[in-house]
Amino acid sequence: MTNNILMQVNNLVLDRRSVTVLDIEKLNVTAGKILVLIGPNGAGKSSLLLTLAGLLKFQKGRLNYQGISIKSGKDRLMLRRNCSVVFQESLLLDETVYKNVALGLKLRGKNNNIKADVEEALYYFGVNNLAQRSARNLSGGEAKRVSLARAFALKPQLILLDEPFSSLDPPTNEGIIDDLQRILEKTKITAVIASHNREETLRLAHDVAVMNNGKIIQIGTAAEVFNQPVNEFVADFVGAETILEGIVKSNHDGIMMITVKDKTIEATGNYAGGEKVYCCLRPENIMISREIQNKYSARNFFPAKVKKVHNQGIFNKLILDCGFPLVAYITKNSCEDLSLQEDDSVVASFKATAVHVIRREK
Amino acid sequence: MELIGEGIKKALELIISFDPEVMGITFLSLKISGLATLISLFLGISAGTAIALINFPGKKIVISLVNTGMGLPPVVVGLFVTVLIWRNGPLGFLEILYTPSAMIIAQAIIATPIVMGISLAAIQHLPENLRLQILSLGATRLQMVWVLIKEARLPLLAAVMAGFGGVISEVGASIMVGGNIKGYSRVLTTATVMETSKGNFDIAIALGIILLLLAFCVNLILTQIQQRQRPR
Repeated sequence: MTNNILMQVNNLVLDRRSVTVLDIEKLNVTAGKILVLIGPNGAGKSSLLLTLAGLLKFQKGRLNYQGISIKSGKDRLMLRRNCSVVFQESLLLDETVYKNVALGLKLRGKNNNIKADVEEALYYFGVNNLAQRSARNLSGGEAKRVSLARAFALKPQLILLDEPFSSLDPPTNEGIIDDLQRILEKTKITAVIASHNREETLRLAHDVAVMNNGKIIQIGTAAEVFNQPVNEFVADFVGAETILEGIVKSNHDGIMMITVKDKTIEATGNYAGGEKVYCCLRPENIMISREIQNKYSARNFFPAKVKKVHNQGIFNKLILDCGFPLVAYITKNSCEDLSLQEDDSVVASFKATAVHVIRREK
Repeated sequence: MELIGEGIKKALELIISFDPEVMGITFLSLKISGLATLISLFLGISAGTAIALINFPGKKIVISLVNTGMGLPPVVVGLFVTVLIWRNGPLGFLEILYTPSAMIIAQAIIATPIVMGISLAAIQHLPENLRLQILSLGATRLQMVWVLIKEARLPLLAAVMAGFGGVISEVGASIMVGGNIKGYSRVLTTATVMETSKGNFDIAIALGIILLLLAFCVNLILTQIQQRQRPR
């Protein structure tokens, strides 16, 4: 076993009904870390999770768990007994909460400390008072907490969570994510989470793998993937809401001048003059003012017209026209201070380092 | 109305006096239909669960056949079993025609598709990912099937009631393969038919009431079990 690598995947191919749903060249799951798989629906996140959990039989390639190659049904049973899976649905049995949480321990033959383990797991997720309630009479949030407690009661080496929060309302979600984060930190259990929510991903992930069409497109730390997407698909998916086509005009010591429409954007990077590129900008990196502010260290200032103001709860999303489209987030208070309305003239500014540049093939 | 009143009066008399012949018929009915139901439970739940969980070509046709079998006419089953166990039939060497054993076989054949159909529907009705969830908790395949059957226990108890109800009230096959021999293969349904044909309506009504009471008592017990198993 490679040092602190809990699980390794190499050239793994999974076919279902004669269609290849997974084609993973390489993936390492590091012990004690949280890996979040993100991607659109049908990207293969759930299939990969189920394969890692020993629940799906793959056709080609290697899956190593702690140095053991998973090949036979016996190996998959061993793998299943070292992991826990939490599905999108809570999938509780028509029994009491206690019996639901105890089931896995009984199935694994861990009969010594069932009561203490169940109580501890229920306590972790704040549902110890529900132990004798029927699992059928729980709210969505309570059921989710019980399903998480059932998974943690097994004290697994690896926990796999398949979009565990997608069926819950935002306030319920918030509390459960907080608890999960705290417990994962405390227990140091390795986790792989499938998600399509950027905020969840940023909150929980040490590492992020972006998937599409059954393949891993990019893998790296959360900061790497979110700030340096390798292509337009990743950039779009991780929320660089402004993606502009441009051509590098010049590059002096890593400071590029990029022509976008008839404007010039200053950005950092190593592309040579003449190269076609995408300039990706995250909306939270755009600053808005009524006039050019010299006190900013930003290198890019563009007069803009406010085309649309979308209410997004605690902040507003501005659609700007600077000669090219630009999306910016601004808090409600700032919006009021600047008395911003549609068709107003403003100045949009951003740092050269806020522009992530990707080579463009077309 | 007078006839029904007489029948109810006669039924009460027969029950209160523990009439040995009626008691014998009642116990034999219970024994034959109970054993047939047990056999059908074993076969029906196993096959129904297997069909629900395993994907194979022609699965939809098999499910259609099972559903058709749920309405199997008892006289056709009676005819089929009689031909099989007839002296010169393929199973004639067993020499069980006109015996309670033949009645148990015929009734089990009637009840099995009913139990199988309800079991199949009950297991298929469980959430699709539940079996993966149970496997992920560390279950072997066999443990997973057992947990699923336990989870589907409420509809499965309904399958027991439907199976038992189907055979305790059945008459065609029992007469054909059992022969309605007094003290040996006479059950409540066959005795009711015989007494009606003889014009002894009071006894026929009494037997009918006992049959209804028996079916009610068995279903009452099963319903109690079914409802008690549900956590509050």
